[in-house]
Amino acid sequence: MSTTASAEAHASRRRRRRGKRTRRRRRGPVVSVYRGRFGVEQAERLLWRAGFGPRPGEAEKLARKGLEGAVHSLTRPRRKERLGGPPPHDQDGHPLAPADAWGHDHLWWLDRMLRTNRPLTERMTLVWHDWFATSNEGVGSQRLMIHQNEMLRKNALGSFRDLVVRVTRDPAMLLWLSGAQNREDSPNENYARELMELFTLGADRGYTEDDVREHARALTGFRNDWDDGVGPNNFRFDTEYHDGGTKRIFGKKGRFEWRDSCEMCLAHPSHSSFFVEKLWSYFIPVPPGRRTRRALQSLYVRGRYEVRPVVEAILRHPSFYEGPRMVKPPVVYLAGLLRGSGRWLDTESWTWLSDMMRQRLFVPPNVAGWEDDRWLDTGTWRARWLTASQVLREREEDPGKPYDETEEPAAAVDRALAFWGRPAVSATTRGRLLSFAERVNSAADKPYKRRGYFASRQNALRVLVATSPDMQTS
Amino acid sequence: MAHNCCEGFSRSRDAKAPPPAGRGLDRRQFLMRSAGLALTVYGATRLPLAALEEGVAAAAPPDRVLVSVFMAGGIDSLSVLAPVGDPSYRKLRPKLALPDSDGTPFGEDGRLRWHPSAAGFATLHGEGKATVMPAVGYEHPDQSHFNSRHFYEVGALQPRVVTGWMGRYLDRVGTMDNPLQGLALSGDLAPALAATRVPVSAIQGPGDYDFGAPGVWGAVAPMMIEAFQSIGAAHAGSKDVAMKTAGGVAVQSARLRQQLLPFGGKQIQSPVAYPTEGNSSFSRRLAALAAMLAGGLPLRCVALNAPGDYDTHDSQPADLAENLKATVDGLLAFQRDLEARGVADRVLVQVWSEFGRRAEENGSDGTDHGAAGLGMLIGTQARGQMVGEFPGLDRLDDDGNLRATSDFRAVYCGLLEQWLGTDAAAVVPEAARFGRPALVR
Repeated sequence: MSTTASAEAHASRRRRRRGKRTRRRRRGPVVSVYRGRFGVEQAERLLWRAGFGPRPGEAEKLARKGLEGAVHSLTRPRRKERLGGPPPHDQDGHPLAPADAWGHDHLWWLDRMLRTNRPLTERMTLVWHDWFATSNEGVGSQRLMIHQNEMLRKNALGSFRDLVVRVTRDPAMLLWLSGAQNREDSPNENYARELMELFTLGADRGYTEDDVREHARALTGFRNDWDDGVGPNNFRFDTEYHDGGTKRIFGKKGRFEWRDSCEMCLAHPSHSSFFVEKLWSYFIPVPPGRRTRRALQSLYVRGRYEVRPVVEAILRHPSFYEGPRMVKPPVVYLAGLLRGSGRWLDTESWTWLSDMMRQRLFVPPNVAGWEDDRWLDTGTWRARWLTASQVLREREEDPGKPYDETEEPAAAVDRALAFWGRPAVSATTRGRLLSFAERVNSAADKPYKRRGYFASRQNALRVLVATSPDMQTS
Repeated sequence: MAHNCCEGFSRSRDAKAPPPAGRGLDRRQFLMRSAGLALTVYGATRLPLAALEEGVAAAAPPDRVLVSVFMAGGIDSLSVLAPVGDPSYRKLRPKLALPDSDGTPFGEDGRLRWHPSAAGFATLHGEGKATVMPAVGYEHPDQSHFNSRHFYEVGALQPRVVTGWMGRYLDRVGTMDNPLQGLALSGDLAPALAATRVPVSAIQGPGDYDFGAPGVWGAVAPMMIEAFQSIGAAHAGSKDVAMKTAGGVAVQSARLRQQLLPFGGKQIQSPVAYPTEGNSSFSRRLAALAAMLAGGLPLRCVALNAPGDYDTHDSQPADLAENLKATVDGLLAFQRDLEARGVADRVLVQVWSEFGRRAEENGSDGTDHGAAGLGMLIGTQARGQMVGEFPGLDRLDDDGNLRATSDFRAVYCGLLEQWLGTDAAAVVPEAARFGRPALVR
């Protein structure tokens, strides 16, 4: 493994103290590191953006580690990967059938987001699912989708080169972008085009239509069988189907094959800037400045396509903590509500609710992935409301049963916040929650009304907290 | 449904070569006060929401409206209008052929009979309110769902066109402030409506739009709704873009809820009964559309999907009968609704599918992708006379498919000129190449 970004930052700081600036310059520009206070608020943002939100008490614990320790606990976890908590089941108590039952693929992954001890690994898997967006609408096999998902998870923080190579020959991808139909006698440009446009270089960034065609020729040779009852299987590279002729790609001539295609895209001068800007956009909503981008590129290239150091640099960057908030992607929002309120996976409802919020795992809208800056509209906002209500369901107070009839408005608000693991909310939101709680107080003008009103108030406050702009963003 | 879908049909559009019309257009949410409907508006980033709302309110309802109904998957025209009098029919369809006694005869061609599920079409045709195209298509037919549908959507045999044929019409006659001029009623934007100059819209679907919560009873419930609006409003002016967005959308949602309240659970009161069995969302959409048309909303082109999936590679008899019936019965009710509301003369419905199916049945009680297929125009102003004859089963093309006797682009040209009153040459590429079938009274 290459020198870690944090070790470099430490070393450079040490060097600066010794006044040996020349060595630093030779090693390339350094990415800025956040120097402000690293408290609960910062730890919460880190857990939401690099994971799926804190469980109760987790943000406090992370804050005590300081920035370096906190980032490292996510990027270089010491403990073995394991899933805690009870195994998932549907509302009837039956185990999930992720490869077979409709919607259980979604639940299977959501459950991992709830139970993992490596939230960043899951979050990066989600990043790659969006980056190399493959939809079961086109693949038609939950088994192959999960197979791809496991591959993405294994390579979540490894080398982007490995990732591109593995994605290129991944069965689900071979079906999705017609790779298995791309053969010498009938070339198909589908994968070649997206490999450059969406995966490694960006649209119109230094390649031509001829390059697309020639890449497609280089990528020929993958095939599979299809059997009744089994579906697509036996994915393999078959030289008989490969176009062994000379190709001309990015101005170079050679008998290129699929690995060369991958390598040439990664070595292309447009790749490193595309990579760091795209990766950055998953964590920070405003693009990096030119200096930061170049420093990240240099880190990436020096690290020979290692993802981890770049992620670490992004997670420590001042913009991560000082910059604007981001709307949480729907599954992150849902997983976070479940984690914060201590609920495990116990219903199939999350599949259709996620669909309503417009993020059904394994079914991104197209090969370009989800539109990450357009999560919220009147339709999806209502879906988020229904989701928050569903997370609360079966744990709500029963307005027909006894309830503390002396509960003060402020205590009611605190109790509702505690239900979600005491997330930080703005003073503005807290003020409005309090006004609502006081209004209910005034409305409960007869003693007999209090019990039902106060229990209702508590349930309403919980949903109001969960749907507040503070909780929709991080 | 998945069992009889071929791979190409279920594949997401963007995975294949030609970009679908409508890809990459700007979208925004738009709430229309008058109709109380949540719309997604495409391509109107230059105008503020209020301007769009005012534009809709100010626009006069156009004289004529075109409603496009898409039967997805490629419907088997040889079942809908079965050539029972063609000597080859039973040879090609030993298992699937319609029995001689089933259905009703088609008055304009003694060889053909309507499928029992298409009884509503037979009724409308009998009343002179349906123009039938028994073999509509194009030269060198493409048997990919995706490609062929794309051609129909964009109105040309060109893979890279990104505007729809109705979208280009709207670009000519539409206004910058009326997104309702092009309305997709099936959730997402119909590619045929994709425009470049003027905004068009997609409705999220009629249905109640309310905000309950578990264990929130009585008087506390409305207070809760006011509270979420108030929390949203407190952040709608935030300097932080994400907070502002989240706050703003909460306010919009509360407002939308308020607008929809008058519709209650029942929503729209139709003067006629719509079919309730099968896919009732089609009926609900048609009923809502009739109400919107009668309410004077400024619609010009509307697109919606027929219920069901007509890609019948297997189990064709049962699947086709059920889905066809839901479609036909819904459209018949819609026609009666328009007539009862007194707006029938303003509306023409165009029914289409991306292709017909192979003349010879396959080995699994189904049929594979074909070429020419069925098209229909429905309305009091439809001319009611067949366009293109039934070509017969003894002169199929090299793939064993029906040959086209009318061209879908000629139909578009006819609709543009005779119904919508615009120059087809400005909308359909190479419009001069095509004849002009008489479609409208």
